[in-house]
Amino acid sequence: MDTMSPLERTLRGLALTLVVVFFMFPIFWIFLMSFQTNETILAIPPSIVFSPTLSNYAALITGKLQTAAGTLDIAFMSNLGNSIFLSVASVAVSLVLGVPAAYAFARHKFRGSEDIAFTLLSFRFAPPLLVLLPLTQYFQWLGLSNTYLGLIWVYQLICLPLILWIVRGYFEDISADVEYAYRIAGHSWFATFRKIALPLAGPGIAAAGLLAFIFAWNNFVFALVLASADKQPVTVGALAFVTSSGIQYGQIAAAIVLSVTPTLALALYAQRYLVEGLSLGAVKG
Amino acid sequence: MASTETLRRPASGFRISRKMLPYVLSLPALLVCIGILIPFFTAVIYSFQRYRLSQPWARQFNWGENYLNFITDPAFWNTLKVSLLYAGLTVTLELLLGLGIALLLQRRSTVNNFISIMLLLPLMIAPALAALMWKLMTNPSFGILSYLASLIGLHDFRWASSPDTALLTVVLVDIWVYTPFIMILLLAGLRSLPTQPFEAAALDGVPRSFVFFRITLPMLTPYILTATLFRLLDSIQQFDIIYAMTQGGPGNTLTVFQVEAYLNFFQSTNVGRSAALLIILWAITYTLSNVFIKNWLRLRERARGEA
Repeated sequence: MDTMSPLERTLRGLALTLVVVFFMFPIFWIFLMSFQTNETILAIPPSIVFSPTLSNYAALITGKLQTAAGTLDIAFMSNLGNSIFLSVASVAVSLVLGVPAAYAFARHKFRGSEDIAFTLLSFRFAPPLLVLLPLTQYFQWLGLSNTYLGLIWVYQLICLPLILWIVRGYFEDISADVEYAYRIAGHSWFATFRKIALPLAGPGIAAAGLLAFIFAWNNFVFALVLASADKQPVTVGALAFVTSSGIQYGQIAAAIVLSVTPTLALALYAQRYLVEGLSLGAVKG
Repeated sequence: MASTETLRRPASGFRISRKMLPYVLSLPALLVCIGILIPFFTAVIYSFQRYRLSQPWARQFNWGENYLNFITDPAFWNTLKVSLLYAGLTVTLELLLGLGIALLLQRRSTVNNFISIMLLLPLMIAPALAALMWKLMTNPSFGILSYLASLIGLHDFRWASSPDTALLTVVLVDIWVYTPFIMILLLAGLRSLPTQPFEAAALDGVPRSFVFFRITLPMLTPYILTATLFRLLDSIQQFDIIYAMTQGGPGNTLTVFQVEAYLNFFQSTNVGRSAALLIILWAITYTLSNVFIKNWLRLRERARGEA
């Protein structure tokens, strides 16, 4: 391995540079675009030298866009708020539901336990529209259409399998002996769960929660089908931008930058756990 | 007597609660999911009905008619063809590219670790937003990629808006988003392989190609299988990228299963056909996921064993 010829070293370096350029360039370019006005964006040839402007971000944050035709309202900040609320609430719900279930699956081999765990896993792989399209009608009957509650419920399809299977792995890694010892000392089951199991699996639970947040944030199809404009997250909201008239390209770019920053930041923060989370606990990083 | 009584009571209470405990703990999660199973069965029923939202009075069971109609329906065969083509192209290219990058980054060094973390970023961007980014970059009037294409002589290269290149463009976006997924799984696999076979091969002066095809690849196979099946399951039901980029167009160039079902439901309001399409897609993914879960479990056990 260490005996690389200079030629091979150069070729490897070149290949890696190409890879980095391919994967990083779009992010870099959209980032630049978000600081440009329409005039500099439309200039030919494109240039990376321009006087940056914050006007795109200002328009998005104030929600008022000055155009030649007058003032245009942009609801992007409420999309961002919806994304935050939906993702946080969905993850909170699926932690409350999923962590005890994960503990049960890890510690007790009870009748049907594997079947239930695999049924939950299979939701991760079923076509979401199969459930979503009939659900639009059920939601109308139940009065859940276009409500946060309905959306959070459906978001469990993504968050719950992830949390269940990752956290289950973490509980399985903890030796049950520690818990037995604590139980024999006269503590209740709940105290053991709270004081021993939860803290030991803490990092895993946090990582699973962060990943579930990223997946919930990035979801597109659930809200596209079940939510109208006032409940839509950024993924659906940003798409509506493209078709609405009067919006400038720089503002679309700025909206994308604002929409992807939270997940990118979280991913960098939790990168140690990404491999494990992405493979649903099958591969350790 | 009194003392045994008091001793026995908590003991028996303990036994019951111990037996019921796992059920009590997993019940809430289960209940939430049962709510999701009901619409699944509703979809099965829809798929056996003549059901259009525009003509609710004509709704009735037509049993297998929706499915039988597919046989003579060119639109269905187009959907099947495009879906398989999309899944085949994306997964093959991503696997080759991901494996290549993983091999380049295999050695642990500060630079390699930094690059592997950077390469994860596209994967963390919502696919719908990634499609939007590429849409801005391929815009005919100002897109940087359209400009670059014109520099190499491809004037008026129309990317996703031309039927000839639309598939290529969405496949490119898919590769941009999901290659890092395969890369990171294979990189973790490569780095977890035992070192002895490689040391032995190096001592014996075995050629590098032999090491790669006879040692690295076979040992990496479980990881490659899991990553490939995982991607295949997602790719065959791709919706976000295609819908955000072209909404299935131009024409019916990109009407993959989920996009076609979505358009059937909301535009032509043909609920029966839409449901039948999704059931067929479900049958495909169900078969694939059974193979996947087998491999995934083996890998998971191995990871747990090493822990």
